[in-house]
Amino acid sequence: MHQSLRFASKSISRAETRLRERNREVLLAAGREAKERIVEREFDRVNETVCKDLANYSALHRSLSESINRIEEDHQQAVDVPPDPPGWVKAVEAVATIDSREGRVRVGAVLSDIHKSLVKAHQEAMVMYREASTKRHALLRKMRPEWRQIQQTLRRVGKNVDSLLSRSVTIDRHMQEYEDMVTGEDRAVSVLSSSSLVYFFVSMLVLCVAIGGATINFSLIARPMAEMVGGTSMIGGYRTSEIAALVIIMVEISMGLFLMESLRITRLFPVIGALPDKVRVRMVWITFTILFLLATVEAGLAYMREVLLHDELATSALLRGDVSQTLTGQYLWITTAAQMGMGFILPFALTFVAIPLETFVHSLRTVLGLFAIGFLRFISLALRVLGNSFRYLGLLAEHLYDLPLFIPIWLEQRSSKNTGNSSLSEVTP
Amino acid sequence: MRLLTTIASCVVLIGCSSSSTPTNTGIYMLLDTSGTYREELQKAQQIIRYTLSRLDAKDSFAVARIDTASFSEKDIVAKTTFDDRPSTVNRQKRLFAEEISIFVDEVKSSPYTDITGGLLQAVEFLNEKNTGTKTILIFSDLKEDLKDGYIRDISFDLDGFNVIALNVTKLRSDNIDPREYLTRLDDWKSKVEKFGGEWQVINDLDGLEGLL
Repeated sequence: MHQSLRFASKSISRAETRLRERNREVLLAAGREAKERIVEREFDRVNETVCKDLANYSALHRSLSESINRIEEDHQQAVDVPPDPPGWVKAVEAVATIDSREGRVRVGAVLSDIHKSLVKAHQEAMVMYREASTKRHALLRKMRPEWRQIQQTLRRVGKNVDSLLSRSVTIDRHMQEYEDMVTGEDRAVSVLSSSSLVYFFVSMLVLCVAIGGATINFSLIARPMAEMVGGTSMIGGYRTSEIAALVIIMVEISMGLFLMESLRITRLFPVIGALPDKVRVRMVWITFTILFLLATVEAGLAYMREVLLHDELATSALLRGDVSQTLTGQYLWITTAAQMGMGFILPFALTFVAIPLETFVHSLRTVLGLFAIGFLRFISLALRVLGNSFRYLGLLAEHLYDLPLFIPIWLEQRSSKNTGNSSLSEVTP
Repeated sequence: MRLLTTIASCVVLIGCSSSSTPTNTGIYMLLDTSGTYREELQKAQQIIRYTLSRLDAKDSFAVARIDTASFSEKDIVAKTTFDDRPSTVNRQKRLFAEEISIFVDEVKSSPYTDITGGLLQAVEFLNEKNTGTKTILIFSDLKEDLKDGYIRDISFDLDGFNVIALNVTKLRSDNIDPREYLTRLDDWKSKVEKFGGEWQVINDLDGLEGLL
């Protein structure tokens, strides 16, 4: 018994080990896939940034070059030009060339002319200098926006480069985690395992909310469906109208799943994800159209439900003889509009069930594996304890069996000893 | 493929099995219009309205008067088998209530009371409708008064029928000799049970909740 239980325990332990290994592989594979998606997405973002901002780098370069050229030209023009030599130099030359014989008499007049020329030249020089300064200032003022533009452009480029750098840091981090997963590090497995449990419970919570939404949706359309398929016909013990309402909701959820798959938000059906982009986009439109039509049908059914409800209330009131109850309130349109709105919105809201469903399905495998490992471990332990219990019970039984035999054996040994002694005493003399 | 075929077969079989036995209700109500009992018809109208409120799609309901010769379709005041669609059912109920209202306002009392003829007509009607449950409501004092020449001492099959006597009022003669009233009730009970039906008397019209 002990051996067989021990053998069973070992067998279960081996099964548990195999399952743990398998679970580990599944966990790492799922983690790798998720990480690949994240890294892929990060690269997409980097690519987007590069395409958007750095693709027009040539235009940016040209713009910067043009701005710099313009600044250079303006700078060249803004150089402080020395004023022309004053006009009185010529007058000095004239004075220098005056003959001594005829010159002395006219020197005063010449000096007066020189003075006049000097004043005039000074005035002209001042005017020219002011004009040149004004022009220079104007050129410098013109340079200011160019500087600003260059500054802005460079800031933008810096921002993009910073963004790329931060993304590269994120990618590095993800790649490190990915490498850990590839090498099968225990830390990665532990992180993935806890994440999987969290995802499982969160997705389950969201799915419960979605089930609540689907139930409300069902109650909105089940009653008016009786107008379409009849209120009494049954299929398998269930009303046909209720089954029809359920089918509509299921079709809506299916369309939502396909829509999410076509948009590559979820990856439950690899076939859809692998479709050519053209077909995929076409599929998006087709599923969206069907979903929209179903939502419209639901809104109509919700309106029909309200009408039926009023009709039934009026009939009941009439049968009770309470005519005052048949009057309709002026605010009833609010409930009608609310029901129609819910009937229209809920199918689209149910579309997003695909996201938690995918997470639930993926994490379910791991969580079930964890539970199965725990269960097998418990069974193995229980079998081992049971086996040992049987073993020690056997030993105990053996000892108990020996206990009553002790006295006859002791007596037998004692008598045999006595016999031996007497024979020896006989032989000794 | 085999699995799909099996599932489809199961669904079809379940569908067929569920539709073989009717689950609808059939009610036939007889209204006594003889003598002073005509004044009780307002109460009958209330019962009819209550019955209408409890009936659903595919159920059958008929109201007939008890007069001199009640074994006739002409005595059926209103009859209907409710449609499958809820909106139509509501419309049918309103029309039915309206017809009964007109009848109660315009009805004239009949000189004789042919309850057995009405019962025969009810059995015939409900058998023809083949409803799941068959109930005959008799709104009368149960005092049968046949015209000379009318033979009603015949047997009929009431197996599967619930016969309920409503508002069985006491006549003046009953007050003098209550044995007459009790004998009348006993006679009807034994008659119904003899032919396989179930008999019930409800005089307190406030306790109609358990009627259907």
